[in-house]
Amino acid sequence: MSDGRFDLVGRPRRRVDGRGKVLGETRFADDLTLPRMVHMKLLRSPLPHARIRRIDASEAEAHPGVLLVLTGKDVPGEYGILPVSQDETALAVERVRFVGDPVAAVVALDEATAADALALVEVDYEPLATIATPEEALTTPEPRIHAYGEEGNVHKRAAFEFGDVEEALAGADLVVDGVYSYEGNTHLPIEQHASLAAVEKDGHLTLWSSTQCPHYVHRALQKVLDLPAAHIRVVATPNGGGFGGKSDVFNHEMVAAKAAILLGRPVKICLTREEVFYCHRGRHPVKMRMRTGVKNDGTLVGMTLQTLLDGGAYGSYGVASLFYTGALQTVTYRVPRYRFEGCRVFTNKPPCGPKRGHGTPQPRFAQEIQLDTIAEKLGMDPAELRLKNVAEPNSLTANWLRIGTIGLAECIRRVVDASDFTGRHRKLPHGRGVGLACSSYLCGAGLAIYWNKMPQSGVQLKLDRSGLVTVFSGATEIGQGSDDVLVALVAEILGIEPSDVRAVTGDTDLTPVDLGSYSSRVTLMMGNAAIQAAERARALIAEAAAKRLDIPRERVGFGGRRVFDVEDAGRGLAWREALVAAEEMHGTLGTVGSYTPPRAAARFKGGGVGPSAAYSYSAAVVEVEVDPATGWITVPKIWIAHDIGRALNPVSVRGQVEGSVYMGLGEALMEEQAFRRLPARLSGALVHKFPSLLEYKSPTTHDMPDVETVLVEDPDPAGPFGAKEVGQGPLLPIMPAVSNAVYDAVGVRIHEVPITPDKVLKALDDRARGGPGRYGPDGFPDVEWPEALRVPPPWEGGDGNATNDPERKRAAKLEKVKRT
Amino acid sequence: MSDSPSMASERARARFRVNGEPVDALFDATKTLLEVLREDLDLPGTKHGCELGECGACAVLVDGEPVLSCLALALECEGRDVVTVEGLAERGELHPLQAAFADLGGSQCGYCTPGFLVTAAALLERRPDPTREEIREALSGNLCRCTGYNQIFESVEEAARLLRARRTEEPA
Repeated sequence: MSDGRFDLVGRPRRRVDGRGKVLGETRFADDLTLPRMVHMKLLRSPLPHARIRRIDASEAEAHPGVLLVLTGKDVPGEYGILPVSQDETALAVERVRFVGDPVAAVVALDEATAADALALVEVDYEPLATIATPEEALTTPEPRIHAYGEEGNVHKRAAFEFGDVEEALAGADLVVDGVYSYEGNTHLPIEQHASLAAVEKDGHLTLWSSTQCPHYVHRALQKVLDLPAAHIRVVATPNGGGFGGKSDVFNHEMVAAKAAILLGRPVKICLTREEVFYCHRGRHPVKMRMRTGVKNDGTLVGMTLQTLLDGGAYGSYGVASLFYTGALQTVTYRVPRYRFEGCRVFTNKPPCGPKRGHGTPQPRFAQEIQLDTIAEKLGMDPAELRLKNVAEPNSLTANWLRIGTIGLAECIRRVVDASDFTGRHRKLPHGRGVGLACSSYLCGAGLAIYWNKMPQSGVQLKLDRSGLVTVFSGATEIGQGSDDVLVALVAEILGIEPSDVRAVTGDTDLTPVDLGSYSSRVTLMMGNAAIQAAERARALIAEAAAKRLDIPRERVGFGGRRVFDVEDAGRGLAWREALVAAEEMHGTLGTVGSYTPPRAAARFKGGGVGPSAAYSYSAAVVEVEVDPATGWITVPKIWIAHDIGRALNPVSVRGQVEGSVYMGLGEALMEEQAFRRLPARLSGALVHKFPSLLEYKSPTTHDMPDVETVLVEDPDPAGPFGAKEVGQGPLLPIMPAVSNAVYDAVGVRIHEVPITPDKVLKALDDRARGGPGRYGPDGFPDVEWPEALRVPPPWEGGDGNATNDPERKRAAKLEKVKRT
Repeated sequence: MSDSPSMASERARARFRVNGEPVDALFDATKTLLEVLREDLDLPGTKHGCELGECGACAVLVDGEPVLSCLALALECEGRDVVTVEGLAERGELHPLQAAFADLGGSQCGYCTPGFLVTAAALLERRPDPTREEIREALSGNLCRCTGYNQIFESVEEAARLLRARRTEEPA
């Protein structure tokens, strides 16, 4: 990089790990083997909710080839990804909470023996009443699935009001009130989770695992195993797809580690596809009620949102998921007044957690359909309505989120132009339609999931006379291309080639802490830390080169594997010579960089979910063909524009955009993590409807339409060279755009994801019988909401604090007493 | 993984070729080709994803045709020619499909990639200039959760161009 011009950034390149992947040489967790390695399998609960009376493992222990059987009492330590939800144990201690909850582990010389011996573990269960749905959870306080939480089976509730919304809605010319439902779905990475644990020659434990967050696994292991953190090493192997599904801490990781310590032998486990469905931590099913008020000219005046989340059996990231359902509606459009009420309940199903878009696709589905309805009622073009309300750059939202750059208007204009949306919307023949929707996503959560004031991402650089630069980062390569971003940024700043830089990532022994590959945080956070470390190395080298070339430091340039005089480019040092000069001058070379997000503007309790250093924006137009006879939906084409800030490697960026479109289309049309009751003669248990790749439908090559991708590049000052996220945001507009397109095609509103042919037919039938032509939930369940925290918006004299926070009031009173 | 003596059901022997090299393997008779490749022949490039023949991650070529190695018994390979992803490159030089997948975003996490590559290689043997529809059809048994497939289609088309160009340069 010289004179502000880029050598690498913005140019399509083969990613640094591309060669290994196409050669089949990338070593995923299950590809690892060690001498004397043995194998583990988990026995999982066949009942959705039961007390464990007794476990008899003696027969399994005596089985030839079995080395060890573990049950809950052997690894009793509680853990959980969030400090407020420490509700999991590696193996069930006295209670199982869903079909698939791990109960016992068998370690044997080979996998088949371990699997056979599972059947020999006798578990005596006392069945408990099953809580199958969020409605049941609300109305069935006993038995409680967990002893903690708010009450009964309510895990967590939240309520915030930013200005007097009812007053705003009363003054609106039109208020649209709707209920919507979003079915759960799962990540379905093609790689099944696997882990290998071993006690190494220094006596320390190492766990290799397909995890997105080695740092969090490290923290959980130290707690569960009660070992010093410095004696545990977690290595994240390249993930064969993550999408949020490997960002939690899993039972099998804890148990494999414990077994390796007890046996003194390496222990490996690879989950079956069925088990991956039980690990889940996927999209929360959410019921929503949304009301939006507008003026006749389309100006939004206020919005209320209620969400009810089916959390499944454990906390996971769920408290964050709950707050995320209410956080980002205001980041796309100016919403002057806003109220959010949300509730997460426990049910006896695999735990829900973060999937691509974490908590925000569900309300986005509701909001973007509701805007489509509003546009129709006002006789406005849906694009015009959105353009009229796009949020301002460098502004605060009603809920105190700080927006930086916003390329949403440009995204809308670009997809509308490319698809001729205006020329075709409401004008295509019956059975064909186009739908528009928009969205926004954060570039990394502003707050770490555990409270601390340390950097969220650290990068170290080692450089020496060989010319090699090694860059160390805790960030994890999950397929998204983070190693490539890391290497490219360092190479760009030092004026060398990516092949001159080697990345060492995701290893708690070797790399500085990075919180992990989730919340679209890596490019922005790791990238900024990498730039800082590389700039520091550049300064050291520039100082030595300046002396050698006898020029002022400001005249030293970097590029083409040379360090040179910018005023006489022929004078300079080859890269290796420059490193020799720097090592002579400074001694051993090494630098560090770190990144901590800016402080949030929100001061109220709960305001920590939503703030980010930057927000990405997307707009999509989906074209559909709907067969009115069968309800079958075909998608011939999708146009998507994404405000990326700056595309560091356009090949990877396009891959993330289109991969998101693909995954969103799967959610829109077919994917569902659904459950059913077994017949009474087979226990009546609540089981996963189809925990297999055969029946859990996901889009194939035949289902994927052509995608026209537009990148909107308006560099954001918060991002590395202006880059924003792209891994999650482009998924968000797809589901509502499909629903809006179906309405345009056949005139029925589908208010529930997935939008399957049977729902389309039911809505068509509803319309034929004189109904509104809608499919969706009838109403929103009764939830007892807590008193909302009242936080005046910035333009109503607020300071980011709640005016009625009891804790804050108490603190203020104490302060007053102290003063007097 | 190692077969413990306690578990060993009947041992079987098969002689076949893998990536052009002769193999004489002794293994548990119930083992799939996938298991024998990964566990007995030290070829972990071929992946598993579903155990049901649904995802295509385990695809290999047997006598030039794509076969789901998780559904095939290793015993069935007696006397046959097996090609895995490890057999596509020649002396470290990427096969045009491999180069195109790496350059054009055909591979992201890389886990499904081996299955796509061998399946596409069989297609290009059969159809040197496939249409987009023929590519879709040939790869419809391979699931990819990362790419959305379009960059995979483009990679196959680019590789087809490269291979055709190579053939014109080197007339037989």
